[in-house]
Amino acid sequence: MEMPAPNSEILSRKHELLTRLRAVLPDDAVIGDEAETRVYECDALTAYKCPPLAAILPSSTQEVSDALKICHDMGVPVVPRGAGTSLAGGALPTADSVILGIARMNDVLEVDYDNRFIRVQAGRTNLSVSDAVAEEDFFYAPDPSSQLACAIGGNIAMNSGGAHCLKYGVTTNNLMGVTMVTMDGSIVEIGGAHLDAGGLDLLGLVCGSEGQLGVVTEATLRILRKPEGARPVLVAYDSNEVAGQCVSDIIQAGVLPVAIEFMDRPCIRATEAFAKAGYPDCEALLIIEVEGSESEIADQLALIRQIAERHNPIEFREAMDADQAARIWLGRKSAFGAMGQINDYMCLDGTIPVSQLPYVLRRIGEMSKEYGLGVGNVFHAGDGNMHPLILYDANKPGDLEKCEAFGADILKLCVEVGGCLTGEHGVGIEKRDLMVNQFDPVDLECQMAVKDVFDPAWLLNPAKVFPLASSHGRRMAAE
Amino acid sequence: MRPQTEAELAAIITEASGPLCITGGGTRGLAVAGATVSAQGLSGIRLYEPGALTMVAGAGTPLAEIEAELAKQGQRLAFEPMDHRGLLGTGGEPTIGGVVAANISGPRRIQVGACRDFLLGVRFVDGNGQIIKNGGRVMKNVTGYDLVKLMSGSFGTLGVLTELSFKVMPKPQTQADLLIEGLTEETAVAAMSAALGSPFDVSGAAHIALGQDGAPVTMIRVEGFEASVAYRADRLRDLLAKFGAFQIETDPQRTAARWIAVRDVEVFHGRQGDVWRISCKPSDGPQLADRLGADGILYDWGGGLICSLVPDGTDVRARLGAFGGHASVIRASAETKARLGVFQPEPAGVAALSSGLKAKFDPRGILNPGLMG
Repeated sequence: MEMPAPNSEILSRKHELLTRLRAVLPDDAVIGDEAETRVYECDALTAYKCPPLAAILPSSTQEVSDALKICHDMGVPVVPRGAGTSLAGGALPTADSVILGIARMNDVLEVDYDNRFIRVQAGRTNLSVSDAVAEEDFFYAPDPSSQLACAIGGNIAMNSGGAHCLKYGVTTNNLMGVTMVTMDGSIVEIGGAHLDAGGLDLLGLVCGSEGQLGVVTEATLRILRKPEGARPVLVAYDSNEVAGQCVSDIIQAGVLPVAIEFMDRPCIRATEAFAKAGYPDCEALLIIEVEGSESEIADQLALIRQIAERHNPIEFREAMDADQAARIWLGRKSAFGAMGQINDYMCLDGTIPVSQLPYVLRRIGEMSKEYGLGVGNVFHAGDGNMHPLILYDANKPGDLEKCEAFGADILKLCVEVGGCLTGEHGVGIEKRDLMVNQFDPVDLECQMAVKDVFDPAWLLNPAKVFPLASSHGRRMAAE
Repeated sequence: MRPQTEAELAAIITEASGPLCITGGGTRGLAVAGATVSAQGLSGIRLYEPGALTMVAGAGTPLAEIEAELAKQGQRLAFEPMDHRGLLGTGGEPTIGGVVAANISGPRRIQVGACRDFLLGVRFVDGNGQIIKNGGRVMKNVTGYDLVKLMSGSFGTLGVLTELSFKVMPKPQTQADLLIEGLTEETAVAAMSAALGSPFDVSGAAHIALGQDGAPVTMIRVEGFEASVAYRADRLRDLLAKFGAFQIETDPQRTAARWIAVRDVEVFHGRQGDVWRISCKPSDGPQLADRLGADGILYDWGGGLICSLVPDGTDVRARLGAFGGHASVIRASAETKARLGVFQPEPAGVAALSSGLKAKFDPRGILNPGLMG
């Protein structure tokens, strides 16, 4: 993956930069030592690494503003970083950039149950937002699988999803307002405890902009009352087509499960070997979870069973108690770990129309043979958000490149059938150069024009999202 | 002008030499001075996959056509868009493009989200005449910037929508209303907050406070499968007992009509005065309404949306003073709209970003000029 060459003029001004930053931030919030900046050299896409010039850890919106003004003034690129859990390289530094880590900004600012929102600093972790309202049985709905570690600011940057967004939506549907600092240090408030924008929907634009439009320092999030209960069922089929048809029939019948997860045979086998969840050995496995009171759950599951049995499942397994429910989820939740036991893997998240599921799985299987690399599929079937896990050996020369080429082919296929490159992980650097497969130059130009408005000098997270060739002129003009 | 294709529309905009008034069905009273460009020729459902809950349609497609097609499969647009014709006394046919351009959502917005939350993809022609696409037709998509949200609620000032893809939802089997008369506004909002903060999945919470014959009425809606609706309605009645004795109504015609009346603000139909819409934190609602000296007040969204009927020409924003939220004009004379502006003025920082975006998308300032400031 190509990254722009560092600007040597910026590198030569490191001392001046650190001195100026230390004038507005506490000493321990400015990191310039090479051994320490290495901590920030990559995110969860560990195949790519580059230590930043410096890292800063501000504690308030005002400190973010002061620091950004200095970087803006000196023309230094800034890469915002939540918890560094991006799978797309969204927080990968360049050698001439400052990492702006928001981890110290993790306070709860306001909880309002009557009006059903919480206001937090953006460095707070996703799960600890739910924890903060758990005493009143409320929760924050988006639940990316990294929710223990990932920061709300990162969730907003990538518009993160999760397993339960079939019912509750993704980050953008649960975000009510932000305090954001633009690259020139201006502090703007967008939205708040009320619904919908009074003018243009800047909130919707900022969410998912991968930290390229501003640094979000505070967020107002919608909180919901927990359902009375939830229960999963496991349904096993001997063909992907049939499982896909079952998903479609359930959705069309008017049942709205909170989650419909799909695992294919390679993934089931790997998971069984690793986690021993007791899954049947089958071609396709669905985990469907519904919510409500005991009787509501029973009614929904009865309907789901009726639909599932029309398609002759190998097995329909209902959880009779909490332990059995946990076992049904165990394999799914261990899937990534299980694949990791076999080999290094790359996780993609292209999204496809649900109707294309069988065709896409078949094509992925064929490509797997062509490339000679194994692949397991585990994904959110209700919304077509796939997660092919391609296995490769990082120590084998050429394997990573082969894996990347295979991944690119899968994502191109997703676009071909009417889907998109990424459903919830973001573009980052990983899918940056594939954007031309989904968008025409004029589409990309329009998106880049948005960045021109928020960050005319292209200093915020500049080498992400857009193909380097497309953004070249703008980034050069900034230097 | 009424282009029949995206390419014709692009040519019209490229060649335009002055302001253009962009319209769909023209039912929402938002016309500006300029040569009219209607999107009605860009009509038709292009794709409908009920099993994937997705539809793609031309922006000019009548809403009625879309709703009829969805109903055949037992589905609907969950965000319940308001029909402005009764309130504004306008004619014409609402279009899906108009609904999206104005981000129109009804009572169910409090549960499922706004129009913009259901929009999956857009095609539009910008102020330079370029055809641009964003988003797609899948439920989850974070590929590039989300111009889909930006276009929704941009009232034709950034571009003219040509094609939309959106998420649809199953129509529930049945619904029930919990009803009570005579609550004060504070109590009504507290009761609605309690209902919305319960696990019982409330899909509507409204209070008609002032302006109708008879006592104020508070209404709370649940929808779903029959047994579940019955269960939740009972539990809610128990939960809300401390606010008063709620009655449960399950008659399908009457419950449906009641929420159409809330959605379309029927209580102000045919009555003299301006109508304003205020979005606020629900618990602020009663205090804000108190400042208005209004002739009619309807709370929707659990108190977070106030529709108010005020004497002609009233400067509602001056009466409200500073508050968290925004107030916009729904019905008023052209003079009042021009004097006060349809939309709440934005703080300087946000306004600068908004005008910066308009300058990029429509550098000549020809698309619905002046409508959004």
